[in-house]
Amino acid sequence: MGKPSDLVQGTLDLLILKTLSIEARHGWSIAKRIQQISGEVLQVQQGSLYPALHRLEQQGWIKAKWAESETGRQAKFYSLTAAGRKQLESETANWARLSEAINLVVREA
Amino acid sequence: MRMNVPENLPMRWLRKLVMRGRMLLLRGRAGEELQRELQFHLDQQIAENRAAGMSAEEARLAALRAFGNPAALRDQARETWSWQWLELLLRDVRFGLRTLARTPGFSFLAILVMGLGIGANVALFTVVRSVLLKPLPFKDPDQLVRIYEADAKGRFQDHIASGPDFAAWQAQSRSFEQMAIKQWMHYDLTGASGQLPEVARAHTASWNLFPMLGVQAAYGRLFEASDDTPEANATVVLSWALWKRRYQGDPAILGKTILLDERPYTVIGILPAWFLYPDARVELWTPLYHEKSREVMSHYDWHNFDVIGRLRPGVTMAQANAELGAIQAEVRKEHPDGPINDATNMRPILDAETYDIKTGLYTLLAATGCLLLIACLNVANLLVARAATRRRETAIRTALGGSRARLIREQVIESLALSCGGGAAGFLFAAGIVAWLVRNRPDLPRVESIHIDGAAVLFASSVMLVCGLVAGLVPALATGDRQILRTLHESSRSYSGGKAGLRLRRLLLALQVGLTVVLLVGAGLMISSYRHLRGADIGCATHDVLTMRMDLPKGKYRTQEQRAAFYDQMLERVRALPGVDAAGLTSVLPGEGRGRDDTFGMREHPPLPRGQVLDATTRFVDPEYFRAMQIPLLKGRFFRPDERLDKAQSVLVNRAFTREIYPGDEHLGEHIVGGPGYDGRSYEIVGVVGDTLDEVSGTPNPAIYYPFGMGLERDAALAVRVSAGRDPAQMALPVQKALASLDPDLPLTHVLTMDEFLGTTTLDASFDATLLTGFAGLSLLLAGVGLFGVLSYVVAQRTTEIGIRIALGARREQVMRLMLRDGLKPAGAGLALGLIASAGLTRLIRSMLYGTEALDPGVFAAVGGALLGVAMVACLIPAWRASRVDPMVALRME
Repeated sequence: MGKPSDLVQGTLDLLILKTLSIEARHGWSIAKRIQQISGEVLQVQQGSLYPALHRLEQQGWIKAKWAESETGRQAKFYSLTAAGRKQLESETANWARLSEAINLVVREA
Repeated sequence: MRMNVPENLPMRWLRKLVMRGRMLLLRGRAGEELQRELQFHLDQQIAENRAAGMSAEEARLAALRAFGNPAALRDQARETWSWQWLELLLRDVRFGLRTLARTPGFSFLAILVMGLGIGANVALFTVVRSVLLKPLPFKDPDQLVRIYEADAKGRFQDHIASGPDFAAWQAQSRSFEQMAIKQWMHYDLTGASGQLPEVARAHTASWNLFPMLGVQAAYGRLFEASDDTPEANATVVLSWALWKRRYQGDPAILGKTILLDERPYTVIGILPAWFLYPDARVELWTPLYHEKSREVMSHYDWHNFDVIGRLRPGVTMAQANAELGAIQAEVRKEHPDGPINDATNMRPILDAETYDIKTGLYTLLAATGCLLLIACLNVANLLVARAATRRRETAIRTALGGSRARLIREQVIESLALSCGGGAAGFLFAAGIVAWLVRNRPDLPRVESIHIDGAAVLFASSVMLVCGLVAGLVPALATGDRQILRTLHESSRSYSGGKAGLRLRRLLLALQVGLTVVLLVGAGLMISSYRHLRGADIGCATHDVLTMRMDLPKGKYRTQEQRAAFYDQMLERVRALPGVDAAGLTSVLPGEGRGRDDTFGMREHPPLPRGQVLDATTRFVDPEYFRAMQIPLLKGRFFRPDERLDKAQSVLVNRAFTREIYPGDEHLGEHIVGGPGYDGRSYEIVGVVGDTLDEVSGTPNPAIYYPFGMGLERDAALAVRVSAGRDPAQMALPVQKALASLDPDLPLTHVLTMDEFLGTTTLDASFDATLLTGFAGLSLLLAGVGLFGVLSYVVAQRTTEIGIRIALGARREQVMRLMLRDGLKPAGAGLALGLIASAGLTRLIRSMLYGTEALDPGVFAAVGGALLGVAMVACLIPAWRASRVDPMVALRME
């Protein structure tokens, strides 16, 4: 499913939700933010970003609103819903467990 | 790897739903928004590239490169909108429709077959629901019951009530909130303003009937207790229809006086338009205790009335009947003489009104159910055949990775499309049947309430859905076998057809034939009993006789002398007409029902023990009646013309009378005491005539014929015998003119030949027989088509094999016999199955049969013969074709 991405499958959703946990953002700014925070390691492809955004919206985890962007143009801003916040928590916990486990395997085995 | 955690579900579901709805309805706009969103992103990228120092063109190209294929990106985003399944479904539907359109003949046939089945069902469902199931439109109709007098020994159940019996029930019972009494009447309705006189069908009822039913006046008021006594002023309530028709819906009629039987009545109210009880033909209502004298209401042995009661809440019908039965038994104990009943019976009001036609309607509904099942099986059969011809396609698609679910879905969608078409056609068909039925069966109770409504639409849709699923799933599941290789292998070079599909088709066919046999047997029994009914010897001439009814207005013909004089003159004029052989009068025609019966005594015989009575049908006839109707005189003489009014002292009896009343005695010269005049006169029996039937489907009752010239009767049926070779219908006009010359205002009704008249009395049986035969004929046709289809298919499948057989020296007759046996085997199995099932089922319609046994061997044999004949014809063509196979062509075919 979907296009091959630079990201571990399924983690893009987590990153998007996390990025939106502080403030509402549009797609461009979400991609930029992830890139910045990760120290330019994680490049989010548009081909993955927008399907993911729409899927999350369909799931009811984020909602979208058209508003004026910093440049004065109309842009579609996404923000977290209550359900999305819960989902973020559970996915964060999940991720922590998973990465811990992977670390263990990589180090010990 | 993502975990799905359930969380405040309702809100999320709601939001999802809204979102999906928006996506579905606003796809266009959502697409546009997506376009804008992506454009924004692209522009941001360009802006950033520019800021990094690229030229405008460079920045745009770099951004586009980074962005990838915008169209593909758009599609990917769209895919998340979760309407994919709908798009797939639409694609399947389109595909299915295209497949059907490629074989228009098959599709048309299947839709027609389904349409007939669904249409017949919807029509009968509508009738059954409207007539038998929909509650009467009254307040709490569940508590309303009809109350009858009955016989404790169970010889009869539904006897109408007498006035004092009703009074006793009303006074003593505790089970009822209310109890009301009513009777059919007719009045001569004349207006003060010189409108034409007419006979109005009416009811007279105790004042509390309307409040008990919960009916309120549309205009004015209904009866009150004070209107319902002999001393009150005469009042009348009009039906909505009469008010609209005769008084142009003018409320000014309220308070005015109209003439009923030349007596003035004040119109006090108009009934609402929906009130059509007991049927739509009742035009006005009068208060019963004003119309009927105290004298009439005090005879325990004058049974004239319908009684309706409203049970108290919590009281069951059985409890109420036990209580009333005890009261009636007490009445009987106090009056041990005469025809007074000793028990009661009750039926829910709806059941009572529809009692006579229930079995017939349910039988027809069951028949349409069978027909639908047959139609379904037929379509399933056709689909199996199609699936078989498409096995290769199916197998290839499966091999290429088409999922089985998808293939089944396609099949079901195809059959659903067929059944939808069938449903639409069937609905039109049903509307036609219902319209025809309402027009042709005005005698059905509640016929005015028969409409195709929302429930019928719902019923049609569900039937449609079920049919589609059944007809589609059966073949889909049966042929969606996973042995792809074998199928591909088989179809690459097939010497004999796929076995599985064929077996299924034979099974379906046998079932279909079985059902058809059941329908045919039912129809055969109904036809046979209808033929017996119409062929029944009712004891008088049915050809060359014209009949009509007349009713002398009470006002103009007040006395016995006036009435006798009118009838004498009238007969004289009619007899003088050219072409008239004889003309006579009777109070009730043969076949018209019992009409009236009275108890009597015989002077020459000792009185019967207490509690037993002599009872006979009472008829008034004029001397020439027997000649006009060709009822034979067996002994003695007919009346003499001068035996009229006070000089009427002789009577005739029929053969059943001599057989049943003091049998072994000829009775000639003996005397009847206590006749219909209630004046203590006695009548000498001067002759014995042949029996006639009161009911066409009944047996002769003992009857006493009194001279019409007594002048007791106001209404009469005139029977005119025309000279041989003349058409009795042609005499209607001259006779009517002759009557009009005597009294132009005299209303004449039921102007019919005796044949037609008997036809109307057996309408119900003829109707049931006609419809059932229609259904059975249709299913026979369907079964024939099914057989033909299966065998043609078998022949096509086995062409190579047949070619080899012929090439190896098989004779053509042998091939033909082989193929015939192949086709007739399922037919034979179905026939056996159907005959066995019929033997079990026909007892259910035994009550509708007349002169025919439920297991009538003639009918069963005829059905078997007819079915085998049709099967033979259906199989012959493909078998003949098989025998003509050219071996060279057959072998080269693959």
